[in-house]
Amino acid sequence: MSNAIHLHYEVSGEDFTRAGEASSAVKKRLKSLGYNPDAIRRIAIAMYEAEINMVIHADGGFCDVDIYPDRVEILLSDHGPGIPDVEKAMQEGYSTAPDNVRSLGFGAGMGLPNIKKYSDEMRIETTIGVGTNLYLTVRVKS
Amino acid sequence: MSKYFHSVQLDADRCCGCTNCLKRCPTEAIRVHDGKAKILSERCIDCGECIRICPHHAKKANSTPLEEIRDFAYTVAIPAPALFGQFNNLDSIDIVLTGLKKLGFDDVFEVSRAAELVSEATRKMIKENKFKKPIISSACPAVVRLIKIRFPELCDNVMPLLAPIEVAARVARRRAMEKSGLPSDKIGIFFITPCPAKVTEIHSPNYTAHSEVDGAIAVSKIYPELTHEMDHLKEVEPLGQSGLMGIGWATSGGEAAAMLGDKYLAADGIENVIRVLEELEDEHIRSVDFVELNACSGGCVGGVLNVENPYVAQARIQNLRKFLPVSLNHLEDGELERMLWENELAYDANIFRLDSDISKAMDMMTRMEDIFQDLPHLDCGSCGAPTCRALAEDIVRGRAKETDCIFKLRAKIQNVYDQLKGTIS
Repeated sequence: MSNAIHLHYEVSGEDFTRAGEASSAVKKRLKSLGYNPDAIRRIAIAMYEAEINMVIHADGGFCDVDIYPDRVEILLSDHGPGIPDVEKAMQEGYSTAPDNVRSLGFGAGMGLPNIKKYSDEMRIETTIGVGTNLYLTVRVKS
Repeated sequence: MSKYFHSVQLDADRCCGCTNCLKRCPTEAIRVHDGKAKILSERCIDCGECIRICPHHAKKANSTPLEEIRDFAYTVAIPAPALFGQFNNLDSIDIVLTGLKKLGFDDVFEVSRAAELVSEATRKMIKENKFKKPIISSACPAVVRLIKIRFPELCDNVMPLLAPIEVAARVARRRAMEKSGLPSDKIGIFFITPCPAKVTEIHSPNYTAHSEVDGAIAVSKIYPELTHEMDHLKEVEPLGQSGLMGIGWATSGGEAAAMLGDKYLAADGIENVIRVLEELEDEHIRSVDFVELNACSGGCVGGVLNVENPYVAQARIQNLRKFLPVSLNHLEDGELERMLWENELAYDANIFRLDSDISKAMDMMTRMEDIFQDLPHLDCGSCGAPTCRALAEDIVRGRAKETDCIFKLRAKIQNVYDQLKGTIS
């Protein structure tokens, strides 16, 4: 029998009111599995932030989610502009979001810092002009 | 396992097995099997949406008949403020309260009075900053039950204060014992209820061991006799002691407005409530201290046991409140402590999870996804489950089979036919 559940979601870049569909679908699956509530919360928050980032900066992409009994591994991949300075992007309050996005309450510069805060492992692979892969792991704390 | 009491029940004779309630139920608690709707008891939150939608009136709410007040030596009616919105050209709530006494109650005590106490206690608790913010109102029992079965991370956000109905019952009982000199068991406290969720709450309370309310009489049941009494009053007693704050609890936003601040949010209608809870769970709502949630559109005036359209009732409530003082009821020493919950709100993990063993649950989910991919994704409800995904879940849980799907069945019959034809020719 399988020891992981694999889920795949396309994240549309056209309409960012739809951002969050993937994270909420994952949340629903995890609840059906009786997953640890604290882990569910951290996964949902980190994944939503990452989804929003993908929609605002990269015109969408996809996410792959692997659910194991003790952890969830997530890859969020896009063909956006890439992140020129990852260290800077990790600073709280640093944002390159355009004004129209900020006027809607996004782009406070907390996206990546929050993703880091709510996940247990985070790795960014980014190439200018090619895109970004964000790898996240959230573990169930016993 | 003790059986959970539900107010919402099915009248099997009237049910024709259509898909109206099936599609409307917010917790996917209804299935149609053998041509009749069935309620999955553990999932039902008694919101009453199925009663509202059923065109055949096959869903009903169990409530207490008025005759039961004869079982007690002394009775007190505790009407929900929504009751005051049910009457045309009502000048004062005193007319309703006097009418209730004419129906046979010895005394009345408005739940709106207790609501003012709960509002004051909530303001105090927010100010003292003792609780996890934002604080979610605990007044709507359907919402509390929903949080209990679906939102584990929000259980700690629910305000640990008794709902106004329970506070009213306790104060009314104390007063009745003083006035009558009778022991507690001779005194009957009867709530006049706008919704089935409150009926359930007095039988299976979410956070107290035992409710002080002895019965819940539906507004719609008492309405004809009550209006008759109200039309024939010779004298109106000055019984009402609610301010505009307490009466305001009848409609959505009333409880939140009584917080006297601006950092609050009020949502009504079960679908909106679920959306707000999802957002709260994901910490997307950060700038509010207090969240009021009502399962019914419009708030308690939207309850399915009322007789009047919720928006008409809302307009009347606004009119009635206009000339009342802000609040007429205030906390006495020690009262807040008496309003605190006896039990914590505990998440009931068993309702939606597939299995308590996570690897088993994961296997079930893998099978569920495979089955789901093979279904037509029409969510037509013909199989008796509300969506194709719900059918897939029912199949892995062993309570449905793939050929319950009429499209699957048709394909199977076609297959058999083709094979037979092959054998004959």
